[in-house]
Amino acid sequence: MKAAVIVFPGSNCDRDLMVALEQSAGAAPTMVWHRETTLPDVDLIAVPGGFSYGDYLRSGAMAARSPIMKAVVEDARRGVAVLGVCNGFQILTESGLLPGVLMRNRDLRYVCRDVFLRVEQNDTPFSNKYAQGQVVKIPIAHHDGNFFIDSDGHRQLEDEGRIAFRYCDSAGLVDNRSNPNGSLANIAGVLDPSRRILGMMPHPERLSDPNLGGNDGRALFDSILNALS
Amino acid sequence: MQNLSNVTVELAAEHGLTGGEFARAVEILGRTPNFTELGIFSVMWSEHCSYKSSKKWLRTLPTEAPWVICGPGENAGVIDIGDGLAAIFKMESHNHPSYIEPYQGAATGVGGILRDVFTMGARPIANLNALRFGSPDHAKTRHLVSGVVAGIGGYGNCIGVPTVGGECTFHTSYDGNILVNAMTVGIAPKDNIFYAAAAGIGNPVIYVGSKTGRDGIHGATMASAEFDDQSDEKRPTVQVGDPFTEKLLLEACLELMATDAIVAIQDMGAAGLTSSSFEMASRGGMGIDLDLDQVPMRETGMTAYELMLSESQERMLIVLRAGREDDARAIFEKWELDFAVIGRLTDSGRMVLKMAGDIVADLPVAPLAESAPEYDRPHRASPKLDAIRGADVILRKSTRDALLALMGSPDLCSKRWIWEQYDHMVMADTVVRPGADAAVVRIHGSNRALAMTTDCTPRYVFADPVEGGKQAVAECWRNLSATGAKPLAITDCLNFGSPEREEVMGQFVGAIAGIGEASRALDFPIVSGNVSFYNETNGVAIQPTPSIGGVGLIARVDRIARVGINAEGLAIILLGQTVGELGASLYLREINHSEAGAPPPVDLAQERQIGEFVRSRIESGDVRVCHDVSDGGLGVAVAEMVLAGGVGVTMSVPNGVDHGWWFGEDQARYILAVDQKSAAQIISDSEKVGIKATRIGTSGGSTLDLGADGAITLSDLRAVAEGWLPGYMNA
Repeated sequence: MKAAVIVFPGSNCDRDLMVALEQSAGAAPTMVWHRETTLPDVDLIAVPGGFSYGDYLRSGAMAARSPIMKAVVEDARRGVAVLGVCNGFQILTESGLLPGVLMRNRDLRYVCRDVFLRVEQNDTPFSNKYAQGQVVKIPIAHHDGNFFIDSDGHRQLEDEGRIAFRYCDSAGLVDNRSNPNGSLANIAGVLDPSRRILGMMPHPERLSDPNLGGNDGRALFDSILNALS
Repeated sequence: MQNLSNVTVELAAEHGLTGGEFARAVEILGRTPNFTELGIFSVMWSEHCSYKSSKKWLRTLPTEAPWVICGPGENAGVIDIGDGLAAIFKMESHNHPSYIEPYQGAATGVGGILRDVFTMGARPIANLNALRFGSPDHAKTRHLVSGVVAGIGGYGNCIGVPTVGGECTFHTSYDGNILVNAMTVGIAPKDNIFYAAAAGIGNPVIYVGSKTGRDGIHGATMASAEFDDQSDEKRPTVQVGDPFTEKLLLEACLELMATDAIVAIQDMGAAGLTSSSFEMASRGGMGIDLDLDQVPMRETGMTAYELMLSESQERMLIVLRAGREDDARAIFEKWELDFAVIGRLTDSGRMVLKMAGDIVADLPVAPLAESAPEYDRPHRASPKLDAIRGADVILRKSTRDALLALMGSPDLCSKRWIWEQYDHMVMADTVVRPGADAAVVRIHGSNRALAMTTDCTPRYVFADPVEGGKQAVAECWRNLSATGAKPLAITDCLNFGSPEREEVMGQFVGAIAGIGEASRALDFPIVSGNVSFYNETNGVAIQPTPSIGGVGLIARVDRIARVGINAEGLAIILLGQTVGELGASLYLREINHSEAGAPPPVDLAQERQIGEFVRSRIESGDVRVCHDVSDGGLGVAVAEMVLAGGVGVTMSVPNGVDHGWWFGEDQARYILAVDQKSAAQIISDSEKVGIKATRIGTSGGSTLDLGADGAITLSDLRAVAEGWLPGYMNA
């Protein structure tokens, strides 16, 4: 499995994503600078978290218009898998690869903590090592993670099974109390219609090592390896 | 020479220079300084930059050990952590700006300390912060907490360095002068550390980073004066931070540092271009010719005075090897940062500033940088206070109610509301997160880690500066030891009132004596630091607050101890002597509303013996749960362990003990939770070497059972501890 990690000015989870991908795939991904206009021949494009362009204007808005994103969109349309984490998710919605928007958190504050996610779809390149309905612990760290989409769009996501993860409590209960940022229907991650593009606010790369307090993120990278090798 | 203006002693006084200092400036120059030169003298000789009131005492501190690579005097301290690596760290205050404009003040405090560390070639791996706010009842406190926390988060989260620990307490003495002390820890290859000593006649002096604007002019002078009721009018002297630019500057500098193009590098912090250029020239015994027209400017019409005194953020001054300008420029252009050659090194020993063809300032470097005034200010020792024990204190609450009150008090309650606003996990190496004795951050790509913490108990320092100074160092050492780390070195951030008052200067002198004594006894040298005086408003000083930031080394990240009791049937063991010292304790303050009495004495030999014993048991793998006993005493320590791990404890309370036993803050104590087999061994081993070890309970269930004093369910305990801060902030 060959992967590329896109690096924007202000990306700050690029190394973390590289480490997690390398740990599962056994080979280091290629780091691709935002000014590049073409991507190497890869199976996965990963768009990392951070504050691309300082999150000035609007999270992800400027990165979505950077030179490399044209190449990302083209390769994604050809069927290359794309994973966007946190700011990467924001960039994918801003560039039109995924629907919806990430608004300011419900209580208006940045929040960094472990949350529980319920795996809603395990038939994707990103989640095949999880059980359907499995509850996993993965941290979030964002100011703008409040997912919103209009009601038609929401219905479509539900009908097509494109909600990958929802925020829940440790027992898997999805309710307002287990919603850390006000996201519509507790949505933590969504898929495109081909199911080969995933955007998620939680950071699986941060809990892919038992020394750091959990290993539930590891299966996401193992899933990618499993699906794309 | 341009502008041979009418600089007078009155104008000098407005710049914060005394008559004597102005006369000295005239003597050094052999003439009256012009306006630009006066500005330069005033910031170079400000308390903030010159340490003129503190130098005499700072010299007495121990700064050496075999593992110290670079002690105080550089941008940050450097210690050897093995495997070819060095840890580089420092703590610095940003108090005055944070009071005036809390978000930007705190944010730029973080930005400044990060630059101090990456200037030396280190990639920052962690931030910590020690915060002191006024009384929760004070009208401004909520606004200040909210702004400071958002500012620290806004900067650290964006640049992508985890904020892993610190402190936050409240006391009315900080009502008009909050403290924001920020610490950064970084790691660099030991053989590639960068210093600020300019060298090589003709080498170019380079300016990189953000453009220079009119912000923050005279910030260093502001930090060297007391506040009064008009302090809010000083808002224009506060700088505005741009963490995105700092992230670019960090990456660009580290990229350039991987080449051999740099001779010297210094960030532009307090007093901006003035102090960075003078410090580099002075450390290398060089002169510099600067062409101020080349400085990248944010606005037009800026004067030499403004350019030299601006504290615009995210800027660096670099001396390059001649001929390497194009290599360096390419890197900074890649990162879309300004890059300008603004001068050359000379052998004149003078700083010569040119603008629009004129010489606008011509100053000798060494006298300004090194012969700054130095004062031996009068000082008066604080009166000695009597100890207070359980029998001296009227019982106002049952043990159970007192414990609940303490756990829900502003100083002891959970600070989750704060640290959840900080990204404490980015870089994916945070092993022990905020809320523990010390944070533990893995050294990337290895199985080793650094433990780090900040500590100070200002009420102790106020009651007895010497013992309080000792205690701050001892608690820092203890917090590191409690994780299993070997404590290596500290940085100090010394926050006091006006040194021009004898009792404040006496607090400073006493605290330095205590810090020095503890640091010597524990082999825990001071490698960097900063002094912040004039933390007072309308003549009322803060409680003296020498924040101590410590770093320790963990050899195996899988052999650490954590605070939480996470299994049933563990023996709870208290190590160390309990007399029941309640003087200057939180119990006395929160329950009996008294701040009287002497603080607990610090026995440094015992600290060392017990700390080393604990560390050896963690390293051997026998102890995996450990917590030091500090604020709130034994009762609070056990309650914190129960909350952190989620398993209850039934206490075995010795006969005849009183609230001094439960809440006394006697030093040199740790609580361990170990399996029954290890318990017997640990108790017998500690008794053999003369360490008192007492079994005080057994883990299990979901209550904290205090024996005859009743029980508290974990959910009640949690509600109290987690409730106060969010409740206060959302009120």
